[in-house]
Amino acid sequence: MLNWLKSPASETQVTHGQRLWLYAFSGIIMVLLVLPTLVVIPMSFSDSQYLEFPPETWSLRWYRHYFGSDEWMLATLTSVKTAVLTMLVATPIGVLAAYALHASKLPYVRAAFVLLITPMMVPVVLIAIGAFYAYVKLQILYTITGLVLAHTLLAIPLVVIVTGSALKGYDMNQENAARSLGAPRWKAFVTITLPQIRFAVVTSMVLSFLASFDEVVIAMFISGGDNPTLTRNMFNALRDQIDPTIAAISTIMILVTTLMMILASLFGRGKS
Amino acid sequence: MAVTDLHTTLNAKGLRRDERAERWRLFGLSSPALLLVLIILVIPVGWLFYVSFIGADGNFSLENYERMIKRKSYSRIFITTFQVSLLTTGLCILIGYPLAYFMSQLPTRWANLCLVTVLLPFWTSLLVRTYAWLVLLQKQGLVNQWAISIGLWDEPLKFVHNMTGTLIGMVHIMLPFLILPVYGAMRSIDGDYLKAASNLGASPRRAFWTVFFPLSTPGLFAGSLMVFVLCLGFFVTPAVLGGGRVIMVSMKIVSNIELFVNWGAASALGVVLLVMTVFILWIASRFLKLEQMTGGGH
Repeated sequence: MLNWLKSPASETQVTHGQRLWLYAFSGIIMVLLVLPTLVVIPMSFSDSQYLEFPPETWSLRWYRHYFGSDEWMLATLTSVKTAVLTMLVATPIGVLAAYALHASKLPYVRAAFVLLITPMMVPVVLIAIGAFYAYVKLQILYTITGLVLAHTLLAIPLVVIVTGSALKGYDMNQENAARSLGAPRWKAFVTITLPQIRFAVVTSMVLSFLASFDEVVIAMFISGGDNPTLTRNMFNALRDQIDPTIAAISTIMILVTTLMMILASLFGRGKS
Repeated sequence: MAVTDLHTTLNAKGLRRDERAERWRLFGLSSPALLLVLIILVIPVGWLFYVSFIGADGNFSLENYERMIKRKSYSRIFITTFQVSLLTTGLCILIGYPLAYFMSQLPTRWANLCLVTVLLPFWTSLLVRTYAWLVLLQKQGLVNQWAISIGLWDEPLKFVHNMTGTLIGMVHIMLPFLILPVYGAMRSIDGDYLKAASNLGASPRRAFWTVFFPLSTPGLFAGSLMVFVLCLGFFVTPAVLGGGRVIMVSMKIVSNIELFVNWGAASALGVVLLVMTVFILWIASRFLKLEQMTGGGH
């Protein structure tokens, strides 16, 4: 132990002992990054009206309350539908755009890229009220279509950035070779390029799904009526009181997102 | 001879024309995405711009902007927004920089493991994390319970529904946005520079501050900027953890519309918020590559 403390830790010969504070600090911060969210999980299994840690008596009461409530189920269904559709719309549109910007070497590419990532830069509240206004005109307020369009807007920058950086590391000559052997451009893309950037595409899909599933502010304005989203209802409930049902929902959400990440990373492995 | 020359130039011209047409066709593949951004984002925001210059009587006026300058409550909101954003960014730098440094010194395998802990909160819902802090920090929450039971303080302290809670929640959410670019910049620093510095007699501290730190500043700058800009427009966490006591511009925009249905006032606030954001990003883009700010490099 003492030897380790005195041994050099870096090129500048600083010893591990001199860096102990850094190790301790980093450890604490990493725990603080992860732990707060995990604490919600045991709390959700409490039988009490109030949130306790650790719970005195365990029960599935709040899960029963969630699954038994028509209101929560409706909101969950809307959120899942919207997120799946957003994923299915945003990924192809975004991948197409990223490919277009990468392959056509026109001078307008930079401007198009900037335009495509603006949804990331514009404060989300503005997108929300802008979309509200547009939807009143288009008569798609409180519809799933409207939600999917707005969430696709949020997901496009993510897809363009993730797929774009994958294309940067990809050698386009492979596609050119396929084309010189007689494959049409779309076929060359689908059979040669797409399999090689598939991890980026899968990541884009997961990110689009989560961006939609997680979105609160836009949904506050343009979801409602028959189609409120889960996050909209959660946010409203949070503003009023601390309801243990939300701990149960949170636990399910943590589980679902973790599962999705694991699936995505399993799928993305293999060759790359 | 002359005829073949003519043919080659004609061919070359034709090929160039074909190539241009091909490039445009390719570029056209981006049109669905561009169209969506145009219809759902650009046109509505343009309309907000227009509405902000319309007064209560329906004519062109600057009253929405005048009110913003004259009323104390509005200037207080802007001050709060900047305060929260600056403090969050500062705290993220103080916490995130050492952590990124720690990770950059580890072998890649261990560093990746640490990266997972930094990214894990990224995958959990914003609302879930905000909720978790609300639960932990409330009066009968875990933090107060434990602190009292080990005797750190006697009475439960107030951590939520005020600035403290807002800052804790926001730093937790923004930290990954700072750590990732900083870590990326640190990883790309060539260790030989540091070896050279220490061979030439620099103390570890001196080598760090004169060699390592300056080389990591582009990442630090990009990360801080990202955090600051995101904070300016933040809504969910301050609304829940601030409990109505910490009012940011975005919250005022929402209440102007939800409670008072005052589109003019909301739009004017939105325009100012957007102009500030764009201005900061524009300044930054003169020093940084766009890709660096969006984290596209990693």
